[in-house]
Amino acid sequence: MKISKAVAAAAAAVALALTATACGGSNDKAASDGGASGDAKKDKIVVGIKFDQPGLGLKTPDGKYTGFDVDVATYVAKELGYQPDQIEFKQAVSAERENLIANGDVKFIVATYSINDKRKEKVDFAGPYFLAHQDLLVRADDTSITKVEDLNKKKLCSVTGSTSAQNIKKTLAPEADLQEYPGYSDCLSGLENKAVDALTTDNSILAGYAAQEKNKGKFKLVGLSMSNENYGIGLKKGDKDLQTKINAALKKMVADGAWEAAVKKNLGPANYKNEPAPQITEGS
Amino acid sequence: MFDFLESGQYDVLGAFWVTVQLTLYSAAGSLIWGTVLAGMRVSPVPLMRGFGTAYVNVVRNTPLTVLILACSLGLSQTLGVNLGGDTFKETGFRLAVLGLTAYTGTFVCEALRSGINTVPVGQAEAARALGLSFFQVLTLIVLPQAFRAVIAPLTNVLIALTKNTTVAATIGVAEAALLMKEMIENEPQALFAVFAVFALGFLVLTLPTGLLLGWVAKRVAVKR
Repeated sequence: MKISKAVAAAAAAVALALTATACGGSNDKAASDGGASGDAKKDKIVVGIKFDQPGLGLKTPDGKYTGFDVDVATYVAKELGYQPDQIEFKQAVSAERENLIANGDVKFIVATYSINDKRKEKVDFAGPYFLAHQDLLVRADDTSITKVEDLNKKKLCSVTGSTSAQNIKKTLAPEADLQEYPGYSDCLSGLENKAVDALTTDNSILAGYAAQEKNKGKFKLVGLSMSNENYGIGLKKGDKDLQTKINAALKKMVADGAWEAAVKKNLGPANYKNEPAPQITEGS
Repeated sequence: MFDFLESGQYDVLGAFWVTVQLTLYSAAGSLIWGTVLAGMRVSPVPLMRGFGTAYVNVVRNTPLTVLILACSLGLSQTLGVNLGGDTFKETGFRLAVLGLTAYTGTFVCEALRSGINTVPVGQAEAARALGLSFFQVLTLIVLPQAFRAVIAPLTNVLIALTKNTTVAATIGVAEAALLMKEMIENEPQALFAVFAVFALGFLVLTLPTGLLLGWVAKRVAVKR
């Protein structure tokens, strides 16, 4: 009797879990279908962004989304015919970006997504919409780093497995003492405590941290351009139609000044000298 | 499909070697620390029993990631305790071994305590009747028999430890999981192949451990 009760309870739990996932699955499908059929029924569009990068893509504690990537995503979605309240933002962690796109979980991804050849094997890009460089964030009173060679005697911090971390290890400064943490915020406390001398990644991301209210005046960007990162908007491979539409939207955004305003608003407080909007190179 | 392995860009064996080293150091450390803890938990001194119980229940119920991050962010970055290492590579490794030992020790302790329960009470009573102290009873009579009874559960702990070493990637120890992150960052087109390589790597490490120690457990078990 006891056993059969337990079995029944377990079966009920499994059934519940199954229906729950089934619901989730069908909802997602409906949302992406709505996006795919485009003009027919415009209910919602799912866009991938980062949730943890201040200045670029950040989910605030009250559930709002802020940042440059968010502004670009909103503008592009508007050009595709979606109002801001029809946009559903989904977190696109770096390692999952290709799969989110390939599975149709998101329509496109605006998440500091550098265009490169290996990624293009899995997805297509529109853009680029932003040119960033790998740079360093140091304490505001630190003047000891002026060139890349100075890094070899320094303690650096970056994110585990990121391209920036690999660049340091393999080419830029192989002798630098590099600490890798899961997130940039973990590095910031070390930088403040003088356990590390510099935090390295794309200057746009660094500027976002430096521009945060709680960090104002504590850190500064060194201004070394150690690499070129062309951020593109990732979308499903072979979707030429969407690519053309997004490229047109990006061109319009630069032309009407919304691009410049978004950069100033989100990254400006860190005295970040942004590059002019890059030429669109992806697609025809 | 696996051509990223032939580029020579990734030292997969080297990364797994760090995993093996982490496992071995932490296994040795947690065996010692776990035995000490087990001794405390069965000791006649209430203070020691209390400490052992409190430690085991707090540490084993704390997520390993939190423990290891606390070692790195708290101990090393904030308090400046670097365990004698000069570079982040050294300190990271040592802190990871510390965190893994503190965590795995609790599981070793509980496995051993169950082993101690397999030793008939009469043995300890007889030993005490001969005039042996608690420490002598424990080390000469009880623990040798207890260990032989718990090799199989300890094997599970060791296998779990092997896989838990991947958490060390959180604080930047260059072991298998960290290399996997790098490879996923660089080779998104071969995501599942990368996963397969590392899954296979861990199978190669853990399957023989299980088989070998399973055989040992059968050989040395005390037949009662």
